[in-house]
Amino acid sequence: MNVAKRTFDAVIVGAGGAGLRAALQLSEAGLKTAVLTKVFPTRSHTVAAQGGVAASLGNSTEDNWHWHMYDTVKGSDWLGDQDAIEFMCKKANEVVIELEHYGMPFDRTDNGKIYQRPFGGHSMNYGQAPVMRSCAAADRTGHAMLHALYQRNVRANTQFFVEWMALDLIRNADGDVLGVTAMEMETGEISIFHSKATIFATGGAGRIYYSSTNAFINTGDGVGMAARAGIPLEDMEFWQFHPTGVAGAGVLITEGVRGEGGILRNASGERFMERYAPNLKDLASRDVVSRSMVTEINEGRGCGPDKDHVLLDITHLSPETIMKRLPGIREIAIQFAGVDPIKAPIPVVPTCHYQMGGIPTNYKGQVVVPKDGNPNAPVQGFYAAGECACASVHGANRLGTNSLLDLLVFGKSAGETVVEDFKAGNLSLKPLPADAADASLARIARLDSQTSGESVFDVGLEMRRTMQKHAGVFRFDALLREGVTKMAAVAERAKHTEIKDKSKVWNVARMEALELDNLIEVARATIVSAEARKESRGAHVRDDAPDTAENPNGRDDKNWLKHTLWYSEGNRLDYKPVNLKPLSDDVEPIALAKRTY
Amino acid sequence: MTKRTVQFKIYRYDPDKDEKPYMQDISVELEPSDKKLLDALVRLRAKDDSMSFRRSCREGVCGSDAMNINGKNGLACLTDIDSLQQPVTLRPLPGLPVIRDLIVDMTQFFKQYHSIKPYLVNNDPPPERERLQTPEEREELNGLYECILCACCSTSCPSFWWNPDKFVGPAGLLAAYRFLADTRDQDTNARLDNLEDPYRLFRCHSIMNCVDVCPKGLNPTRAIGKIKDMMVRRAI
Repeated sequence: MNVAKRTFDAVIVGAGGAGLRAALQLSEAGLKTAVLTKVFPTRSHTVAAQGGVAASLGNSTEDNWHWHMYDTVKGSDWLGDQDAIEFMCKKANEVVIELEHYGMPFDRTDNGKIYQRPFGGHSMNYGQAPVMRSCAAADRTGHAMLHALYQRNVRANTQFFVEWMALDLIRNADGDVLGVTAMEMETGEISIFHSKATIFATGGAGRIYYSSTNAFINTGDGVGMAARAGIPLEDMEFWQFHPTGVAGAGVLITEGVRGEGGILRNASGERFMERYAPNLKDLASRDVVSRSMVTEINEGRGCGPDKDHVLLDITHLSPETIMKRLPGIREIAIQFAGVDPIKAPIPVVPTCHYQMGGIPTNYKGQVVVPKDGNPNAPVQGFYAAGECACASVHGANRLGTNSLLDLLVFGKSAGETVVEDFKAGNLSLKPLPADAADASLARIARLDSQTSGESVFDVGLEMRRTMQKHAGVFRFDALLREGVTKMAAVAERAKHTEIKDKSKVWNVARMEALELDNLIEVARATIVSAEARKESRGAHVRDDAPDTAENPNGRDDKNWLKHTLWYSEGNRLDYKPVNLKPLSDDVEPIALAKRTY
Repeated sequence: MTKRTVQFKIYRYDPDKDEKPYMQDISVELEPSDKKLLDALVRLRAKDDSMSFRRSCREGVCGSDAMNINGKNGLACLTDIDSLQQPVTLRPLPGLPVIRDLIVDMTQFFKQYHSIKPYLVNNDPPPERERLQTPEEREELNGLYECILCACCSTSCPSFWWNPDKFVGPAGLLAAYRFLADTRDQDTNARLDNLEDPYRLFRCHSIMNCVDVCPKGLNPTRAIGKIKDMMVRRAI
């Protein structure tokens, strides 16, 4: 097959919030940049974020970045790197104000400032009381943000390759990254995007689970590409189950509903979160709320004929508040739950939502891997930001509204680092190896020639069911071990997928088969890393790691205060230390403590 | 709930193998949990993987799965399958070139969106903090900023069908008014100049198909009317 070559200073894969924010840095600095995206930019999954973006603007309650940093470290169950967390919380005001200047239609306070609402796990004065930190545009913050960022890129003349799916990462013998191969959906043609710098901003992979708030496109493409190219994946055992997905449908209901006063109730109408988190109650951290809900359901206090969900109640809020602050949620509840939340509570259940782990990076957005005794050696030419990356600011559990902040701060930071490296002359166009496109061509050729085999739909379903059953909200040693074996079998089946559709033109079957390859890497990384981590921390809670005096909440800091690194080849695991030291002297390290809300 | 079967009539065209488009009769058995048209289409794809359409968020915010459903444009993910008369007839959005099956080439649609300069223009040096806007001023953007660029409106508009290269269309004009209505934007005159033309704005004849089909309940006709008012006020 003929493979066209295109050359750029920088290639960005993904045009969600992180990719668009990075692109702005590069376009405005005059770098010749290509942004590859498998969907039109405003269709990226950032669009579905609802409740807000965190920044300690203090527009409605007193706030500062120290409190935000404390909440984030505590939320991460101390697995987050404190240098990156300090960097993010300090930068929050700047990137949110920039966005406002780009035209983002934030809601407003009476004195004209950006409207802020309370959110789970965010507190004032180190855990004392809820704080209003989430900057919101109604319950459509992600939509408003993504459109504002796209619009700013239109102004900056950013060059997009829309409906191009990146296939594989290109590295040379030294391990340097030289770009990607990609397929144009409309023609099926493969091109090499040869570049001095490559930024991955490909988002998450929540589609490895059966029940997910994630879009169909969230197939971990960048994470899978990196894994296949020998980059380890960090902390993949940590997946966030959002407390409030619509029961049955999986569609997200923002935590902002609880920020505006919504209450979770069990079958007897009890506000059960008072028992689990006496202080922050319904606004405790997401992992805590999800586990409390599942406990209620498991102990027979669930709602509905099958007692399989709980209720999110906002009937006590005024219709005006709901129409003004939560209009999108009302639409979703009517559409997908068949209830008008003004009149009746919404049936909800914890649903896979966010990947805390990912491609290991530092706070500058450089991808880092262990090399010659340095656990964090930058990979020449490779950067990542947003959900596909692990900076690591979310550690074992992300706080709501920190994801939109993550993609702004680290999208910008990755862009700035590329521009600095470019200006300093540290980036060059290295010669492409002769086999640069071979791996991708072989994958396509296999799909073109395979005339019998496994259905992509069936293998995908088996993967999602396996992950749902074996690596869910609560984890069990026996199930995890069985899950590792099962996922290995699913991965083997995925090597023999067959597509009936052999067309060159907009071949969705081919796209889904290629996406499945990426999902499989993510699912393997998840189950293997989870089985190995013999403690409970954040979103990873095991039956055999209970709450003891020595290990509060089952967390074993003596043995497990470390980041997992999973390598695709041979399912090999490695570990590296957590950075407990902040970036500057402005703040003391946040000392280890038991997490309570 | 028992299993139910849905009959479809679907526009098919693969330029790689078909000489011309045709309508395919096909049926699919649904699971009880399948509620939306998109669920049924995903089910159909499991049966025939060549059935091509765009989809992503499945909750009506990304704008990918717009199509013509029983003669009316809409989003597959927000359309209740049980509400549709059978056979459910699916065609690509009208008026745009078809790439394959239900996938249209949206270049012309986005070209018109880009033509209205869809970004905030404010030439003052950016202040340290946010530019202030009262809640009332911010409310002026409601019903405008929520557009998901699905193209249901523009591709249901006869004026856009006849002049897709000259008439901005309801989606682009809604976006134009979104910036005209923003108190932070300073480009009002240039924005109005850009639309002062027999085609770009004034081809709208208030047929209101756009309002009828918008899956987000937005009202481009009203926004267009407000732009026309601004033109008139500027002239006198």
